[in-house]
Amino acid sequence: MAQRILMKGNEAIAEAAIRAGCRHYFGYPITPQTEIAAYMAKKMPKIGGVFLQAESEIASINMVYGAAAAGVRVMTSSSSPGISLKAEGLSYIAGSDIPALVVNVQRGGPGLGGIQPSQSDYFQATKGGGHGDYRMIVLAPASVQEMASLTIKGFDLADKYLMTSMILADGTIGQMMEPITFEDAEPKTYEKPWALTGTECKRGHNVVNSLYLKPDELEKKNFERFEKYKHIEENEAMWEEYMMEDAEVCVVAFGIASRVAKNAVAAARAEGIKVGLIRPITLWPFPNKAFAKVLDKVRAFVSVELSMGQMIEDIRLATECKKPVMLCNRAGGMIPGPDEVLAAIKKAEKGEF
Amino acid sequence: MKTTQILIAGFGGQGILFSGKFIAYKGLIEELQVSWLPSYGPEMRGGTANCNVILSDTPVGSPIITEPDVLIAMNTPSLLKYVDSVAKGGQIYVDSSLIDAKVERDDVEVFYIPATQMAKEEGIATLANMIIVGHLLENHPELSFDGAKEVVDSLVPPKKEALKELNMKALSLGKNYKK
Repeated sequence: MAQRILMKGNEAIAEAAIRAGCRHYFGYPITPQTEIAAYMAKKMPKIGGVFLQAESEIASINMVYGAAAAGVRVMTSSSSPGISLKAEGLSYIAGSDIPALVVNVQRGGPGLGGIQPSQSDYFQATKGGGHGDYRMIVLAPASVQEMASLTIKGFDLADKYLMTSMILADGTIGQMMEPITFEDAEPKTYEKPWALTGTECKRGHNVVNSLYLKPDELEKKNFERFEKYKHIEENEAMWEEYMMEDAEVCVVAFGIASRVAKNAVAAARAEGIKVGLIRPITLWPFPNKAFAKVLDKVRAFVSVELSMGQMIEDIRLATECKKPVMLCNRAGGMIPGPDEVLAAIKKAEKGEF
Repeated sequence: MKTTQILIAGFGGQGILFSGKFIAYKGLIEELQVSWLPSYGPEMRGGTANCNVILSDTPVGSPIITEPDVLIAMNTPSLLKYVDSVAKGGQIYVDSSLIDAKVERDDVEVFYIPATQMAKEEGIATLANMIIVGHLLENHPELSFDGAKEVVDSLVPPKKEALKELNMKALSLGKNYKK
């Protein structure tokens, strides 16, 4: 077995990206994700890669756009306010159908907000953020090990579907250290015949662009893209179930909130309460199947979020509003304790909403 | 299932995060599940720092400690802030050269160690933290003192070679400390 090492979540993302074959990183520092850039600054020059601290977030996402168009594995990382600045670029990348990896280690908002952990960019990540009809694959790690494994997965999905994968983490998972192992696996590679690599006078020009002035052409592109999204929704959703076998109350949480929720579920089980946890690993596509499966047995759902309640809307859609969904939340950089989640579970069990 | 939640708190510069790293690495080589979570907020820039370390023989749930089994307090504000949160039957380690206050609880075990004074006398003023950690290792068989050198060697960068021996010296001072 590979050796267990201790690593910060942010560093795990950077190391995993390098192992996934990423040799191009463009970013701009912001707490609490700066260790990603620091790690890249140290490592990239030694392995023939590019680390570039751009003059702004807007510049860095457009460098990602350029490098992605050239067919290389490329990434940027930031935290909430910085992702807002990148939103235009995200939309252009989506409109050009090229692969990129973007990391958001979330902090409290809106505005400049604070620097403590948050999950309040859920809407921004899963519903758009930039303009136009588009989606990003959104992956929500809940451990340092997943910071690494989902980064590698994110690059693969981006290359497979020619779109952006976003790692939606938070300040806690970014800053904490846990043991992690890296498997010695060669990165997957994908043919990129569309990439701008120079024609060498041997082929026609490739064009990467998001401008379609003829509305019928643009409509066609959008419909094609949404066929692809439909395929992803049916095939790529990932989730974890914890103690769901006989659960009558279902806690739903992702990322750091799911870690707190797990403690609360274990405590509630110790008191004889039939409760379980669904942890979405992909936030888009949302794991609707996980909910359809348990809808008959579960009496109530509890959404535990570090936001004012954003994922709760997707839970209501996934459950077709057939069962009550209760919110247990903190915001602005605060994190609920297991006791707060346990209290919510007890209320849900008694049907007190 | 055994889980030990350790909260280390004090001023920036006292090696709070380093002590936590040491304990986490020690847990790692003892093949425990571990998590290490630093404070990274404005308080770190303005003075106080703290660090949450969890050691367990099962996977760690939340890395955030609300009820520590062990509190290491390296200054008075930290002791006052966290003293009541310590679990019944838990341990509190107090750097008694910096903290005059006494713990007024009879349901916890308290170790008053004049670590900063001891460190100064030995010419290792910045290593009071490791004196306390040395004493903690002595009290925690799941961690033990064996293998401490391996951890120090992996944590201290090669450029600061001399610090390796000094860290070991501080750990030994703590190990052998008796009231």
